[in-house]
Order: sequence, then structure tokens, then C-alpha cells
Amino acid sequence: MSGVRLLVGTRKGAFILTADGKRKTWEVNGPHFGGWELYHLKGSPVNPDRLYASQCSGWFGQKIQRSNDGGRTWEPVGSEFLYDGVPGTHQWYDGTQHPWEFKRVWHLEPSPTDPDLVYAGVEDAAMFRSADGGQSWHELPSLRSAKGHLWSPGAGGMGLHTILIDPTNPNRIFIAISAAGAFRTDDAGQTWRPINHGLKSPYQLPDPDAEVGHCVHRIALHPSRPGVLFMQKHWDVMRSDDAGDSWHDIGGDLPSDFGFPIDVHAHEPETIYVVPIKSDSEHFPPEGRLRVYRSRTGGNEWEPLTNGLPQHDCYVNVLRDAMAVDSLDPCGVYFGTTGGQVYGSADGGDRWTPIVRDLPAVLSVEVQTLP
Amino acid sequence: MIRIMLPEHLRTLAQVRGEVAIEVDGPVTQRSVLDALEVRYPVLRGTIRDHGTQKRRAFVRFFACQQDISLEPPDAPLPDAVTLGTEPLLIVGAMAGG
Repeated sequence: MSGVRLLVGTRKGAFILTADGKRKTWEVNGPHFGGWELYHLKGSPVNPDRLYASQCSGWFGQKIQRSNDGGRTWEPVGSEFLYDGVPGTHQWYDGTQHPWEFKRVWHLEPSPTDPDLVYAGVEDAAMFRSADGGQSWHELPSLRSAKGHLWSPGAGGMGLHTILIDPTNPNRIFIAISAAGAFRTDDAGQTWRPINHGLKSPYQLPDPDAEVGHCVHRIALHPSRPGVLFMQKHWDVMRSDDAGDSWHDIGGDLPSDFGFPIDVHAHEPETIYVVPIKSDSEHFPPEGRLRVYRSRTGGNEWEPLTNGLPQHDCYVNVLRDAMAVDSLDPCGVYFGTTGGQVYGSADGGDRWTPIVRDLPAVLSVEVQTLP
Repeated sequence: MIRIMLPEHLRTLAQVRGEVAIEVDGPVTQRSVLDALEVRYPVLRGTIRDHGTQKRRAFVRFFACQQDISLEPPDAPLPDAVTLGTEPLLIVGAMAGG
């Protein structure tokens, strides 16, 4: 019988939650790497037992862990993330130029075809590639040539948090960086260009239509239509029908178009999910009601999904990497909160149940659909 | 032998319990001790010193003989008691917040 495995990264360790295809009874395993921040864990699409995890600590820095048995055991692999050549500088808070400094790995993206090929998105924003299962890492430096000197960290840090590999064309990769924007390569990372036309940030940037500098929180796509992108920006939910060449607003009737995650239904490319958050300073749901919003029309028309979610006195946040969908039918949707809850829905969002309630603050949720 | 006490998280990473003891060739300094430690336990590279700069990470401290020697130059000799193995070099995570 098929099953699912959730890979949950938290402020104080990793947890692995497993269930069979009914997704009613869950086994909680962890913490792995207790006491460390686990920004992200993700499995290889071609070998689900090959997992990668970003383990970091304010004291002891960055480690990358790898598992070859679905997370039962782990081994540390390479963690040397050295910028290519002279790192150069980017814009700093006081207007001066500041050297690039590695802080942590925000996101790991294994290749859809090769279990030993994996990409890492890091803070200060850059992209690294490993072709040997994480043992060694090499920067794709031309990304920072895409007006990197103008990028400036926001309050959350200048992290490269989203990496989407076009499943039909592995040379095309979309990435997104906090307070810098979205970027695309069509030649496997040799060259990059900003893809932010149509984004507007009137209260965050002096030029609201600037080519770079927009605070993109998350991008998602459906594998069957990799040219259609959905974006949760700092404010605004956006859509592109031309692989990021242009964007238009699809926030429609959302109660707030601020938020962090966005994801696409596994079988319905026009069905998308967001979690509206009140504002950029009030990182909690409007009215203290935790609601996932679903659009079945590719945006603009949204419905609140509340069944099973707290509808009063709820002041948690859902971070950008903390939502995922499985590929079972009906599609399962999952998200984790800064209050330590992981919620799951086995019916596309109609009904939700807490899988676990009292983890450390959840940083990321990924799901693997297992045969 | 130089005795080193690692903080709990680094003991877990290195898969050791209690103190570790290592041989150091030549002058016994922060740098030579950490170099030898990282040869013996490569997983510790980058956890005590930054990968690129080789500088002590900001929230790691070095104590020996009831002294904080974190700010000593990396090539300064460690106290005789550490060199002779009668006292350990303590590598600790700095107090933080709360």
C-alpha cells in the first residue's frame, strides 16, 4: 500500500512523520539532530530513501546531513560553502557595500533525475551545486552577477529559499531570494536573469517596479505546466503564464495578500493554496483564525478552508517552506506552524487534522509519496 | 597528549563521549590543536572555526585553567598545564540569551 512521509524541519531538530495511504494514523519519529535548526529536508525524487538535510546552529555553523535509508540513519557530508573567487559585495542596510558572508543553507533541492545531484540555496543569497551527493559544493556564481550588488537583506536575511527545476527541461531553473526577487536560468545555471516584470512593491522599494529588490516569499509550479508560476510575494499573490517573463496579481478576494507559502494541487494545476497572514509586522492570521485559502481558478477567486483549523485565538505563522502536497488521490496537503503544529488534509484541504501539535517552531515541511 | 573537552553537540557530531585526547606535533597552540582535532575528526571542520577565514566562530569560546583564552592569538602557546595534559582545553558554546 502506498504511503507518505513528511520531513519536518524545526528550530530544534528534524521530525519524520509517516502514514499509510489513508493518512489517518501517523507515526512520529524524532527529534533528529536535537538542538540544531533544521531549515530544510528533502528527498530525491528518483531515490526516495536518499534524503538531504540542512542542519545549522548559531554556535557551530552549517552541516549537511544525508540519509540513504529514508531518515533512519544519517551521515554528515560536505558543508564547505565557499563563494566563488572574491566574494564581492552587496548593498548593506546603511547604503554601503557589504561583503558576501555565508550564514546558512535555507533550501536543498535534489535533482529530479540524479540522486547525487543536489542544489543548495544559501544566505547570503547564492546557489551551490553538488554532483557527488553533497560531499562537495560549488557555487553557480553568475547568479550574483544578476545585479547582485543591488540586492539588500530584509529583516529576515537575504536567503535563497526557492529552487524549482523545470521537470521538462533540467536546464531551466527558477529561484527566489528574499528582498532580491525571482531569477531564471535557461542554461543550467551558467547565466541568470531577473524575472520580476509586473511585480510592484510601492512601500518596500523607492521604485515600485524595480528590476530587482522585490521580496518574493515563495514560488510554486505544477509539473505538468512548468511555464505557469504562482508567487506569494511579501504583499501580493502573483501569477506568470510565461515562465516569469511577466506577472499579474491574482490576490482577488483574499482577506490579506501577505503570506509566506504557496503551493499547487498535485492533480489540478489551477488549484492553489495560500495561508493569508495579517501583515508584515503582525505575523499571524487575520482575526486570529487560521485559514488556508484555496483557489480552483488559478487565482482571484478564493475560498477559506477552515474545517479542523483553529478559528479563534490563533496567532501562529506558517513559514515559506512549510507547506507541501502529496501526489495521492485525493491530494494531501500539509503545513506546519511556528506554534509547532503540523496539520494535514487528506482531501485537498476540505478537512484538516493536526498530525502533531507540540513540536518546536516548524521551519519547513516536505512530503514524499511512497510506493 | 592534549586533552580536549568538546561541547555536547560537537561530541554528538564527532561520535565521541567525554574528553578526546590528541597528539600535536610542534608548538601547542590554538591553531595546532584545532588543526590536529580536525584531522582526527573531519566532521568538526567549520564548527569551531569558520571554513573560509579559519577564525573562531563568534559563539565558540576556549577555556583553559579557569581562564578564557578565546581572544589569545591563534599561534600563542597554550598554558603549560594543557600542553602537559594535566588540564583540558575546554571548547564551549557561549552563553546565549534567555
